Amino acid sequence: MDFDLGPEELAFRDEVRAFLDENLPVQDLRAWQRKVREKRWVGFAWPREVGGGGGTIMQQVILKEEMAQRKAPPLGTCFMGLAWVGPALIEHGSEAQKQRFIPDILDSKYQWCTGYSEPETGSDLASLQCRAVRDGDHYVVDGQKIWTSLAPIAEWMILLVRTAPAAELGKHSGITCLLVHMKSPGIEVRPITNMSGGQLFAEVFFTQVRVPVDQRLGEEGQGWEVTVGALANERSSIAEVTALVRRLEELQELAKRSRKHGLPAAHDPRVRRTLARMATQIEGMRLNGLRFLTKQLKGEPLSSETSINKLHRAELEVAMGDFALELEGLASGYVGSGPEAIEQGKWQRTALSWPETVIGGGTPNIQKNIIAERILGLPKD
Amino acid sequence: MNFGFTEEQELLSAQARRLVQGSGSLAEVRRVSRTALGYEPALWRQLAQLGFVGLLVPERHGGAGLGWVDVAVLLEATGRGLLPSPLLSNLLASAALAELGTAQQQAEWLPRIARGELIATVALLERDQSIGPDGVNVRVTGSDDERVLDGEKAFVHDAGSAALFVVAARDERGVGLYLVERDQPGVEAPSHALIDATKRMGTLRLSGVRIARAAVLAEPPRGEAALARLLDAGAVAVAAEAVGAAQAVHELTVEYAKTRRQFGVAIGKFQGVKHPLAEMHVEIETAKSLMYYAAWALDAAPAELPRAASMAKAYVSDAFARIGIDAIQLHGAIGYTEEYAAQLYLKRSKWVRPQFGDADHHYERLARLGGL
Repeated sequence: MDFDLGPEELAFRDEVRAFLDENLPVQDLRAWQRKVREKRWVGFAWPREVGGGGGTIMQQVILKEEMAQRKAPPLGTCFMGLAWVGPALIEHGSEAQKQRFIPDILDSKYQWCTGYSEPETGSDLASLQCRAVRDGDHYVVDGQKIWTSLAPIAEWMILLVRTAPAAELGKHSGITCLLVHMKSPGIEVRPITNMSGGQLFAEVFFTQVRVPVDQRLGEEGQGWEVTVGALANERSSIAEVTALVRRLEELQELAKRSRKHGLPAAHDPRVRRTLARMATQIEGMRLNGLRFLTKQLKGEPLSSETSINKLHRAELEVAMGDFALELEGLASGYVGSGPEAIEQGKWQRTALSWPETVIGGGTPNIQKNIIAERILGLPKD
Repeated sequence: MNFGFTEEQELLSAQARRLVQGSGSLAEVRRVSRTALGYEPALWRQLAQLGFVGLLVPERHGGAGLGWVDVAVLLEATGRGLLPSPLLSNLLASAALAELGTAQQQAEWLPRIARGELIATVALLERDQSIGPDGVNVRVTGSDDERVLDGEKAFVHDAGSAALFVVAARDERGVGLYLVERDQPGVEAPSHALIDATKRMGTLRLSGVRIARAAVLAEPPRGEAALARLLDAGAVAVAAEAVGAAQAVHELTVEYAKTRRQFGVAIGKFQGVKHPLAEMHVEIETAKSLMYYAAWALDAAPAELPRAASMAKAYVSDAFARIGIDAIQLHGAIGYTEEYAAQLYLKRSKWVRPQFGDADHHYERLARLGGL
């Protein structure tokens, strides 16, 4: 066992640190994005041929970790494009598709959204019904998507449709992946207001929407591999851990300022135990991440190990926001910028926004199914 | 960056696991745990011949000269099979001798420990259960040439079979560590019945026991830091055994869920069974990460040891306690029988929880270390 970085890794870390010293805090977000783009840190994991950075696994970890430590702004704002669309394009896209879309993703020119969930299709993604029929050199799409994050502001959607009935070959076949411009005739977006007041997700309706065949990603019927392939593209996420460490520090400060039974809350045994337990769970996530990273560095593919840290993260996302409100006591009722609200209602927002990560990335119950079936080998539902 | 094991460590693990499956099988564990001695002398000799007993003993004294990560690998494997033996005690006592002992003390004791000829243990805690220097109240009087120990050390692992004790005791200068032999006048050390029959633990009574200069292992107040490190090492060692045991009972339960059929299907198909098993897996993998890291800290990062050891022991104690109970529940009635193995692991989880500090103790310590 050895937790040190090698000389080349240290040199890279120093390069990142020097860059962050020079550029943080960020005054002009656009200028920051241009600079990190010039460094090729946007799409850092992607091959250099498509404009990515070709970073090694360790360099990716170092870059994310250093940025999270310093609370640097994101490298790009095309969140779905960087997370899902780009990797799928690199793996399955034609030359023309790569040239058309990847540079724009790297430059954060516009937003992408992911058209996966449907009213009857949530966790059971493969049961989707939104239909596309081939008509010459177009597909004609009819159906509905829902819970589509960023749909109200996105310019493009990566869309899963059914091009053949699920019956014969099993429900994972007959699914096709299309890239659809959101201004196409026949698309209607109806934003959904979430419980914290945001309108970032939406219902999307498709009526006779014509999509050129050259906007199909991968082969017809291969859509499951294209998208699940992208889902499998996950990395052990050390940077998320650093963000949780930072949040726990803030929670600890809140405990020191809050009162309980007429004393500082930080004196209360249950408060102390809860915070120490959270610190331990976060450290456990960090070390799990390093163990999985070691496997990757040895060239062993990660299978479902990332579900372990996803479950920890889900638990912490919910618990930390909730515990903050407990610490604030009666003052936790105040929100917004009023005189009684603590930190402008920051923790109230945290306590109401966890579903974005906890449900959005596959619910905890689904993660438990994945662990039980793929790792423990228990029979499928 | 490498948070994995060397080839040698993988071999050590495989070797220990083979031993547990063979001569240390659960049928044998049950037989041995009913004997007065509590371990099988032939198997103990085998453990010594394989180099396990002297794992932490330097090579010049006949040991393997390995470190705590190797100990973690070994104890995780022996913990899987609940192997009844004074291995953990011997490893802790040999570490104390190797780290603190004079050349003469090491030459006198370590070769015999490594050969398995002599069982040694640590006697650090007392009846008030305070895990740390405040809990040390066995008195040291007399002169530096001949000190006298009086008092009682409680919860001493393998008290009944140990011939040598590393004893924490206090004089006006603070805590020191002293070597006490069973056959000295004024020493009495019986083991008592435990909830976990595969373990042995008891009380060390000291009445006017004379300690020569040559038997002082750590002078006060240097003994205080040595005591803290031994307590952390003990916490990590118990956690390593517990992680192996938790994994074994989890595997047993997963296998049962795959084969036991109710309502026409294997019960592992039901999410009411599947999800607790997945949660156990999450806890075991996380417990492993924390425990391996704490073992590494014992070897390589003393400044990180208190935090790492407390995190490992706190997390493992809670996780194993829950896994022990859930394993029985998921089995149903068969899990409640004496005949079935699950109960042996439940009993181990009860024994593990308070050893070298329970989760409350370690989380409180973490709160203090974290500035609360």
